[in-house]
Amino acid sequence: MSDVLDRVKRIVIDRLGADEAEIKLESSFKDDLGADSLDVVELVMELEDEFDLEISDEDAEKITTVGEVVTYIQSHT
Amino acid sequence: MKHRVVITGLGVMTSLGKDKDTFWNNIITGQSGVSTIESFDVSGYPTQIAAEVKDFNAEDYMERKEARKMDRFVQFAEAATVEALKDSKLNIAEDTDPERVGVIIGSGIGGLGTFEDQHAILMQKGPKRVSPFFIPMMIANMASGHVSILHGAKGPNLAPVSACASGSHAIGDSFKFIRDGEADVMITGGAEATIRPSGLGGFCAMRAMSTRNDDATTASRPFDTGRDGFVMGEGSGIMILESLEHAQKRGAHIYAEVIGYGLSADAHHMTEPDPDGPARCMKMAIRSAGIAPEDIDYINAHGTSTPVGDKSETKAIKLALGDHAYNIAVSSTKSMTGHLLGAAGGIEAVICALSLENQIIAPTINLHNQDPECDLDYVPNEARKADLNVVMSNSFGFGGHNASVILKKFEV
Repeated sequence: MSDVLDRVKRIVIDRLGADEAEIKLESSFKDDLGADSLDVVELVMELEDEFDLEISDEDAEKITTVGEVVTYIQSHT
Repeated sequence: MKHRVVITGLGVMTSLGKDKDTFWNNIITGQSGVSTIESFDVSGYPTQIAAEVKDFNAEDYMERKEARKMDRFVQFAEAATVEALKDSKLNIAEDTDPERVGVIIGSGIGGLGTFEDQHAILMQKGPKRVSPFFIPMMIANMASGHVSILHGAKGPNLAPVSACASGSHAIGDSFKFIRDGEADVMITGGAEATIRPSGLGGFCAMRAMSTRNDDATTASRPFDTGRDGFVMGEGSGIMILESLEHAQKRGAHIYAEVIGYGLSADAHHMTEPDPDGPARCMKMAIRSAGIAPEDIDYINAHGTSTPVGDKSETKAIKLALGDHAYNIAVSSTKSMTGHLLGAAGGIEAVICALSLENQIIAPTINLHNQDPECDLDYVPNEARKADLNVVMSNSFGFGGHNASVILKKFEV
């Protein structure tokens, strides 16, 4: 859990310029972390590379918070 | 009612300085910004030199998350805009109506580096790995787009793409928007970042660039018999234009006035110049300024250091000015800065404004054996004190696009 969360956080910090302190499990990429629709597409691509998995467009649309990403990754890797 | 248009802020990102004062000092002391290309391995390229902007850190001028979504040419434009706005002491939100602040920043090519990077990903990893930012980072209008977003400039906004004339077209068009009352302030100039394998390879294939790799600082030598092509530069030159009323109301420093703009097409050939087009362009600028050819004191030439181009421009100047061509100074500052393509008109207008402000003409360096077919006064090798009232900046681009902008010493 903590390992996955740390890796997700690192990507979010790098891509969205977010402060580590403001990244919580319930943080929404769009509402809390300032991501726009293109940022989210890029973020999903980064996550696919980082965790070596494929996230379908359908699944990607359902993932809106940091916690949902962590859960998704844990159940698909 | 026509408005007078004045220049109140200057910003540059160049091989010869990232601030106006360093840049100007290097220009009037005749320094070259050209050296061996460091940003990638150039072995195998016939030309291995360029005027690179070294140690450029975009995050000195903008937030990292913004910089990440910009091609290098947009980063240069934004950085030069930050400098120009600082120089003008203009706060868009507080000092003016943002809806009357426009942006026109030209680029000849746009995000070539982004195109290269993403094309490589597309070929190697397939379409699913292409960045969603590929297109918005690459398109040539995005300097104007980003600058408007970051500074809240809601007025007229577009981006000319006319190869090496883009920067001058941007400034000329901006001048017209203010003159005609459609804007009070315009952020304008050019930006380019094409020192990349595809840019270098493409211009090498045209045999357009100097191959004087072992003597980089003397490679750009406009009007000299030994010239063998242009030297590519990169960067941005941005100026803040304002209506005179707007500038005076806020007590802005005024560098110079923009009084004329001409533009024309050669209608001749993709890349080969024809003196007739530039001559008509200069005449139109003179007409639009309401002056006589004899009023011109100095021309900042397009002068790229190609064998054909410098001769053709010399002929064009004589066609436009008649015998007065022999009375004036003409210099090519590309001898120092290299050729910034779509940004050239931007930095050369900055040089013209500083020439009027300081009453100094920048030299053409590396001019030791003047081509007999280039028989004007090119201000060889050393800057010159002069009584400057009216100056013209020329830019000509592939496609046969020509643009000339005329500046005048400001007098109330």
